[in-house]
Amino acid sequence: MSSFKELTKGLVKENPVFVMALGLCPTLATSTSIVNAVGMGLAATFVLLCSNILISMIKDLVPSKVRIPCYIVLIASFTTIVDMLMEAFVPAVHKSLGVFIPLIVVNCIILGRAEAFASKNNVWNSALDGIGMGLGFTLALVVIAFFRELLGTGQLLGFQIAPLSYQPVLVAILAPGAFLTLGLIMSIISIMKKKSQSGQEIRG
Amino acid sequence: MNIFALSVSAILVNNFILSRIMGLCPYIGVSKKLDSAFGMGMAVIFVMTLASTITWIIQHYLLVPFNIGYLQTIAFILTIASLVQFVEMVIQKMAPALYKSLGVYLPLITTNCAVLGVSIININDGLSFIESVLNGFLGGVGFTLVLIIMAGLRERLEKADIPEHMQGMPIAFILAGSMALAFLGFSGLKI
Repeated sequence: MSSFKELTKGLVKENPVFVMALGLCPTLATSTSIVNAVGMGLAATFVLLCSNILISMIKDLVPSKVRIPCYIVLIASFTTIVDMLMEAFVPAVHKSLGVFIPLIVVNCIILGRAEAFASKNNVWNSALDGIGMGLGFTLALVVIAFFRELLGTGQLLGFQIAPLSYQPVLVAILAPGAFLTLGLIMSIISIMKKKSQSGQEIRG
Repeated sequence: MNIFALSVSAILVNNFILSRIMGLCPYIGVSKKLDSAFGMGMAVIFVMTLASTITWIIQHYLLVPFNIGYLQTIAFILTIASLVQFVEMVIQKMAPALYKSLGVYLPLITTNCAVLGVSIININDGLSFIESVLNGFLGGVGFTLVLIIMAGLRERLEKADIPEHMQGMPIAFILAGSMALAFLGFSGLKI
């Protein structure tokens, strides 16, 4: 598989959130605004990239019986680094993401990629896979946050988009809005999949 | 804080699944059958109570005195992982029948973010030891309550006529959204 494919497969075809339904808790909890979504996405991307690189380096040194604890310690160390960096440089985002930054440790995308990809591939491909999957996660977060922020506040990134007479649907930025938005997006994706499949059948 | 207020808050108002949005993987994954939802719920109550107890002790008697608070994440996840492993071995030895019914779910709990979440929230909110243990236990009870309601609804849903593109995950999320909407009503409770 070419390097380019390795990088881009995480964005759409194997999108970790929409297609594989991994990492749902941070996805729903932190997609209240686009700023939070990007913050969370990039933090997870950083951890994913570092852990993928390091795990593919040490994959031959670690006995397979103790590999999961080893991976978790590595991931936890990188999460701690991200936690400290965000607290120092973007304190506002750090505060609004709150407990979900340490919870990057238990994000199943990261351990999933470590187990399914980095422990079987070389460093270069694992790094590309890490970036691709991380950006796919960020993309999914931003898509959900776009709808929730627009409906819930009438603004995007702090700019007023909807007319001032628009009554914000507050529930969209609360927990129920997260579930409903993800459910609707997933059903739209399944319609699109159905259409592209039937299109291929006709062509084939 | 009195115990009644704490339990209403932990079970209903700040429900781990529907309000804090934690532990969704088992919520979506194990809620297809009522029996397995019950088993998972019991395992989560057990582990969350133990995890809150032990992480509180570690935080206040190990991390704070030695001034290594920045190791919190690593220390907690390791504690939880070994705790789950230990609990699994003990149950297997002492109560084989219980192990058979919980067995499959125990390893899954390590990556359940509600367990690590409750440990960190206990510390962040500055709860006392008794409050932490209670918060862990009641959080688990709230988790189980929602899991069982969801499993009951989904068993009914099997017979329902759902539009083709909504089947599976999408309808599960819409269902979760409606439940969260209902639970949002509890946030108006003033105690």
